[in-house]
Amino acid sequence: MTPAVELRGINKRFGAVQANQSVNLTVASGTIHGIVGENGAGKSTLMSILYGFYQADSGEIAINGRVTRIRHSSDAIALGVGMVHQHFMLVESLSALDNIMLGAEPHWQLDRARQQVRGALTPMMLESGLQVRLDALVSELPVGERQRLEILKTLYRGARILILDEPTAVLTPTETEALFDTLRALRAGGTTVLLITHKLKEIMALCDAVTVMRAGAVVLDSPIAQTDVDGLAQAMVGRRVRLGRPSVDADADAVAGTGTPTASTGAALLQARDLLWRDALGVARLDGVSITLRAGEIVGIAGVTGNGQSELLDVLAGLLAPHAGSLWLGDQEFTPKRWLKPTQARTLRLAHVPEDRQRRGLVLPFAAWESAVLGYQGQARYNSAGWMKSGAMHQDTVRMMERYDVRPRNPQLRSSKFSGGNQQKLVLAREAMTEPQVLLVGQPTRGVDIGAIEFIHDRLRAMRDAGGAVLLVSSELDEILSLADRVIVMNGGRVAGELPIVDCSEAALGRLMGGLAEVQQ
Amino acid sequence: MNHSVELPRWMDWGLLPAINLGLALVVSAAVLLLIGHDPAQVLGLLLKGAFGSRSGLSYTLYYATTFVFTGLAVAVAFHGGLFNIGGEGQAMMGGLGAGLAALAWAHALPAWLMLPLMVLAAMLFGTVWAAVPAALQAWRGSHIVITTIMFNFIASALMGYLLVNVLKEPGNQAPESRAFGASARLPGVHELLIGLGLDWPKTPLNLSLLLAALAAVAVYLVLWRSQPGYALRAVGFSPPAAHYGGIAPRLQIMRSMMLSGALAGLVGINEIAGVHQRVLAEFVAGAGFAGIAVALIGRNHPVGIVLAALLFGALYQGGAELSFEIRGFSRDIVFTLQGLIVLFAGAMAQVAAPALGRLHRALGASRAGHG
Repeated sequence: MTPAVELRGINKRFGAVQANQSVNLTVASGTIHGIVGENGAGKSTLMSILYGFYQADSGEIAINGRVTRIRHSSDAIALGVGMVHQHFMLVESLSALDNIMLGAEPHWQLDRARQQVRGALTPMMLESGLQVRLDALVSELPVGERQRLEILKTLYRGARILILDEPTAVLTPTETEALFDTLRALRAGGTTVLLITHKLKEIMALCDAVTVMRAGAVVLDSPIAQTDVDGLAQAMVGRRVRLGRPSVDADADAVAGTGTPTASTGAALLQARDLLWRDALGVARLDGVSITLRAGEIVGIAGVTGNGQSELLDVLAGLLAPHAGSLWLGDQEFTPKRWLKPTQARTLRLAHVPEDRQRRGLVLPFAAWESAVLGYQGQARYNSAGWMKSGAMHQDTVRMMERYDVRPRNPQLRSSKFSGGNQQKLVLAREAMTEPQVLLVGQPTRGVDIGAIEFIHDRLRAMRDAGGAVLLVSSELDEILSLADRVIVMNGGRVAGELPIVDCSEAALGRLMGGLAEVQQ
Repeated sequence: MNHSVELPRWMDWGLLPAINLGLALVVSAAVLLLIGHDPAQVLGLLLKGAFGSRSGLSYTLYYATTFVFTGLAVAVAFHGGLFNIGGEGQAMMGGLGAGLAALAWAHALPAWLMLPLMVLAAMLFGTVWAAVPAALQAWRGSHIVITTIMFNFIASALMGYLLVNVLKEPGNQAPESRAFGASARLPGVHELLIGLGLDWPKTPLNLSLLLAALAAVAVYLVLWRSQPGYALRAVGFSPPAAHYGGIAPRLQIMRSMMLSGALAGLVGINEIAGVHQRVLAEFVAGAGFAGIAVALIGRNHPVGIVLAALLFGALYQGGAELSFEIRGFSRDIVFTLQGLIVLFAGAMAQVAAPALGRLHRALGASRAGHG
């Protein structure tokens, strides 16, 4: 049978970076093919070439056995190639139906066009299981439904080869399962799926074959039955990686005696009671949330993105004053009227690694040595009578870079020029510099490659072991399961449940995240 | 995707601006040819007019002084993430402040007290005039571009009212105040040089020149060496990051606009205390807007702004000279040249960057190949 997609000898160069190097990829028709690799491994570039965003410097593309040139995404669409991007390309103020039609209106009178499109979509939705409320505004649709809409949009445009870029990053475990069922149904109907992801478990659960890329080249190409998660991870990084919870018999942890999760009995370092915060529309984003962080524990906050986790972090870090509730930090109490200020938080040894390092954690156009003191610019270490001590700032930046292996080790380099992982390491290094007692961390490894994930996880554990309290907000369940001692699940701004790590399973957490169960503590 | 071009410093700060200026000159030459002038002659006369004599040089520096103030004003606001188009009005208010101080106290106070007082008054009035739009932006979200433009009109109207109804000398037809006392006159540079034994013609160039140099150094130190400058730039680049870092964006909006207004207000010292010796209506004459172009070409850095201000000063002075020297040469052509320079060195400053980047890589590759 002719393969649906065949890429031969694809080369693509951006300046000094060889993004794709003699890449060969063959995807059999009617299969789900996984493409994995670290950030910058070249998988997105390769898919962009297939979808016509970029032109390869050399190499050949064959779709269904016919060699073609794809100069523009319209060429790709005409060939039946569709792509669903990680960040949805939807117009929020239009209805789902209008979004599907946009740019492909079958009639100049919109009413007639809508009628025709609706007629074509109904059997399509039935067949594929992609149920979308066509008349709802996109802004009213939950994330999972928006994604179905995106897929439906590409199918409506005649896609028989579907490229999905990190489709599960924003989904709950339940929604992920539903997506996988849909993809299996599509496969059964003869659609070919290319799945870009960094979640190896998903590859194993869903794909028929997998291609691993590293540094622009294909390093592994294998049917799924002949590989496993460890093999894939090793191929991705080029060395053995240890992710996940260190096993009890691992030497270092056994000696320290902290490898086994136990109920923490350390002193309470931070106590928040009945936090309430409403957004501008009056919706309670935090609704009676109470939380205690004790010395020597990592508390994980699980939940689907947008269920109050970000607001919780902001309130605890002093970036947002709640409308009700109280906070004890160290021996000081704060009330909504006189809430904690970010600078105050830092002097009380509470550090915060924000969820969005590019928007918040760093001032991107600043040189690294300037971003490396953000938040601490007023402290005597970097400041004398209003003048910045650039010597001390440089010195500390060099030290941070060495301790946290930030590359390149160049304090003069703009913050924006570092890779995601190195930016994150720099932020973490800065927040760890003052040896905080309480560390709030949001999405510490989002967009970070596997090697750096391992490093960052080790550092968080080390802080816990040194007697600090860590609050970990993450949308990656695996991350929470491998780090936390106690897991709090948030749903709709409330604490949906709290579980010691020994009672956590993906299924149990997933039910709480989806609001399907309340666990009484 | 948006790949910004990486260039080595010498290309970014030296070669690229030189190429832009060269392109502007080439197109200017074409325009001049088209309307029947000899480009070489025009350029020669322009340079001669601007730099060829002591008097010409003085005029160039005098114009440049004003442009340094307004250029710095735009740059400081820009680093705070704000586009201050109100330099015109703030400068006018600065002149009013200096003038009111002089009218009130010049007869009673000696120069060493009067002049600093005028400087302070000019900065204070400029500050206040910028503070209102700043506060509206910070607390009400009124867009600073709109409000500062509006405040230019209000300043102009206020100035007209005061001159016609309050400050006008009885018996004088022109809308201007009486002349200040002698103690409110900022000495000219020629007096200083003659005092030092150098022969120098009398021009409007005055000690505001030193004030401008001082202001450029101060802006550099505040923006890049002080904590308030750190906070200001952090807000300018990324308000969310600044908020995370414990920096209140509102305070920084106030700070950068007020500092900006104070700098613009100093134009009043150069013009009112240094030259006119009385409050009058149109002394800013578009310098506030020219400051936007100066800051743009000077890349919002004090060194660049000083250089760009010199360029603009030279164009003003040389252009004035041209209209004397060449029959039928109108000032409008000088404005055309200015416009072309703003276009190439400001608005299209990065157009040649990708080509230079390729050149740089090619050079690097061939060097690596040989080595």
